[in-house]
Amino acid sequence: MMADSGTDCGSTEEVAVIGNTDISSTEAENNLRNTMVEKGTSLLKKLEMNVSEAEKRTGKNSVNMQETYTVYLIETRPADSGSDGSTPVPDMLWRRYSEFELLRTYLLVTYPFIIIPPLPEKRAEFVWHKLSADNLDPDFVERRRVGLENFLLRVASHPLLSNDKIFFLFLTDEKGWRDAVLETGFQDKVDSRLKSLSASFRVKNPDKRFTALKQYSDELNTAISQLLRIRARVADRLYGVYKVHGNYGRVFSEWSAIEKEMGDGLQSAGHHMDTYAASIDDILEEEEHYADQLKEYLFYTEAVRSVCRKHELIQYELEMAAQDLTYKKQQREELATGTVRVFSLKGMTSKLFGQESQEQREQKLMALEQDIKEGEELLKEKNQECHEFVQSAWKDIERFKEQKDRDLREALISYAIMQISMCKKGIQVWSNAKECFSKM
Amino acid sequence: MMSVGAPKGLPSSGQKPITEMIHPLSAVEEPLSPAPEVTVNAGGDKDTGLTNGTPVETSSPASVSSLFNRLQLDDDLDGDASTETRDLFVTVDDPKKHVSTMETYITYRVSTKTTRIEFDLPEYCVRRRYQDFDWLRIKLEDSQPTHLIPPLPEKFVMKGVVDRFSEEFVETRMKALDKFLKRVADHPVLSFNPHFNAFLTAKDLNKRQGLALLTKVGESVKYVAGGYKLRARPAEYASMGDYLDTFSGKLGTMDRIAQRIVKEQSEYLTELREYGTVYSSWAAVEEELQRPLEGVAGSVSTCCRALEDLSENISQDFLPVLREYVLYIESMKNVLRKRDQCQAEYEGRLEAAVLRRQEDRTPIPAEVEKCQDKVECFNADLKADWERWQRNKRQDFKQILTGMADKNISYYEKVSFFLIRSREELEGS
Repeated sequence: MMADSGTDCGSTEEVAVIGNTDISSTEAENNLRNTMVEKGTSLLKKLEMNVSEAEKRTGKNSVNMQETYTVYLIETRPADSGSDGSTPVPDMLWRRYSEFELLRTYLLVTYPFIIIPPLPEKRAEFVWHKLSADNLDPDFVERRRVGLENFLLRVASHPLLSNDKIFFLFLTDEKGWRDAVLETGFQDKVDSRLKSLSASFRVKNPDKRFTALKQYSDELNTAISQLLRIRARVADRLYGVYKVHGNYGRVFSEWSAIEKEMGDGLQSAGHHMDTYAASIDDILEEEEHYADQLKEYLFYTEAVRSVCRKHELIQYELEMAAQDLTYKKQQREELATGTVRVFSLKGMTSKLFGQESQEQREQKLMALEQDIKEGEELLKEKNQECHEFVQSAWKDIERFKEQKDRDLREALISYAIMQISMCKKGIQVWSNAKECFSKM
Repeated sequence: MMSVGAPKGLPSSGQKPITEMIHPLSAVEEPLSPAPEVTVNAGGDKDTGLTNGTPVETSSPASVSSLFNRLQLDDDLDGDASTETRDLFVTVDDPKKHVSTMETYITYRVSTKTTRIEFDLPEYCVRRRYQDFDWLRIKLEDSQPTHLIPPLPEKFVMKGVVDRFSEEFVETRMKALDKFLKRVADHPVLSFNPHFNAFLTAKDLNKRQGLALLTKVGESVKYVAGGYKLRARPAEYASMGDYLDTFSGKLGTMDRIAQRIVKEQSEYLTELREYGTVYSSWAAVEEELQRPLEGVAGSVSTCCRALEDLSENISQDFLPVLREYVLYIESMKNVLRKRDQCQAEYEGRLEAAVLRRQEDRTPIPAEVEKCQDKVECFNADLKADWERWQRNKRQDFKQILTGMADKNISYYEKVSFFLIRSREELEGS
């Protein structure tokens, strides 16, 4: 079932998944991008975008200390080429990671019922020993560049988010964007949102679908974390196996020096052993792409979780409003009939210290009626809010589920392709070595 | 390496099937046709002109020239002797555990097929234990001092570290023992040694050993008199010595590398197993993705099994050969040293005789000429054995290295086969 928000004029074209035989990670990336573009939001139809470069800058930060940071170049150009068929010059602006974070926070607050695409990790985690955990490491920066581009494309291909004005300014207005986003006043909502995340409250009638979703999200989070952790250890070990074979290279070379007939064969075989040992670097570097795809969904689970929490909060507020109204109605009944059904301090004191006057009672009743009226309005509002939230959220959740299944399947396929390629390389090297041995 | 498969099967006439044979080490008289009582020409070589310890009864050539003839007939550059010239085939197989009150040990079946007249029967089948092989090696070294005797696998194994009765250990040891006998059988001189004959044929080697032990003290052949020191090892032999030292070093390095690979593979395997289970647990919480994830878990399992095979090959086939050659090198170095001593004795005696002749015209004694003969024979034997050893070495290493490459190729083939199938499933569904 294809998700359709109905708020955009985006198409619901079928996605053509191209099955490649041997694709590299960059090709896989392209496939994903193409998939998103083909799906087509109106934004993507008119604007091409990418994060093409990264640069180091130094400057003073908020506490007036020198710091080195990286900026990323966002390029945008019209999707249609110019009338003369030439590729137009792109618009460019530089953004640093913290600005992406600001954008994302804005989106989280403004669209709490949407599963907001995650950013690439701030610090390198789940590293295996060879990879640097340093934020300024060029490989890390490169992978982050790809991740940021991916983030922009995800937002740009979302039926609702792609129409956001602030997002558009982020892509096009280098200086003015910050003011614009702050003007929206979203920070006020941020605080209450933070509260909602940290507060523990009990919802009396939880929506079963959301409960199930939250549980699934937690399970997925656990599964992917475990997977990434062990994958890093596996990578470490595999690295060790390959590198030790490099020692054969050296010893064969030394040994060949004292041999006559065996010398040539040994020497050549030694070279192949060196090749074998060296091949693991590229293999594992490519595998990082697979890890990045998994990481995206690991971080996605946090976004799912926060939608569930938001729903819980709304549900809770609804229940509170209903409870509050019920209580007030009971109070009114009490006052009207003079019976004390509900224990209240006022009730007790009036019993102890004497009844109120008729006038006082009527004043109270009027105030209560007002409260009840307001309470009924609030309840109606909350009901509406909850209902709308559930509707919109669930639409996006369905969309997300399909996206997730599709993307992860693609990731597993490209992982299998990587592994097959690794095996082919292994067969090649050892066949070469075997030939050398047979000539010994 | 000149090797042949096991003999096709024992003929039914004249001999009982193995299962009915009584243990050769038992005291009970066997109904088998007894092996000829071979008297071993133990020691006493000093008086005869024979230098290679061949028994008197046999008609095998004692002279060096026919030795070369035999070499030319046997040898083939590829190391595979044509079967027409080979007339002695030996195989070691069928390990069996024996438990007695005193000890537990393994015996191996040693089967022989031959057309040589030195053997009474065309086929033999006996059971031998490691001790017996050790005995044989010592006898060969003593009686054939000018020749390189192939090595045996290590005698002692640390109890508690290695299980002497594990299938792996027994299998590895048996292959090494088989190799040992085949090498002796392929040697133009050693194969005619009476001790070897006794080993292959005697029903009761124990008695023989006992006898041998009693006479061992007197028997010990001092092939070369001590007290002489060689001034300089001739270049030819010096380079052999250098080669052996360097080669031994390289073997040690390769041994360490191989062991390290096994260790790394084992650690990789441990992580892989856990990796596979994580995919399975993830699959359990998914719907659409369940099958793809289970598929990955399956690939990982395949990888694990294939990896186990690969590591096993290194331990069982590759490392034992490296270690065998280290022992072989030690053996060869010993022979080189003995040769040096032989030459030293000759030179010493010659020097003394020349001085005497200068003093009082005493002619050079015949003894000195005999020494010269000894040196020449020794040199010839050693060179022949060296060539043979070099050929065997080349064959053996070609084989184990090719084997290692094959095993690695096979590993990657197994894994990629499963992966390709998995991927097809993933893309199709």
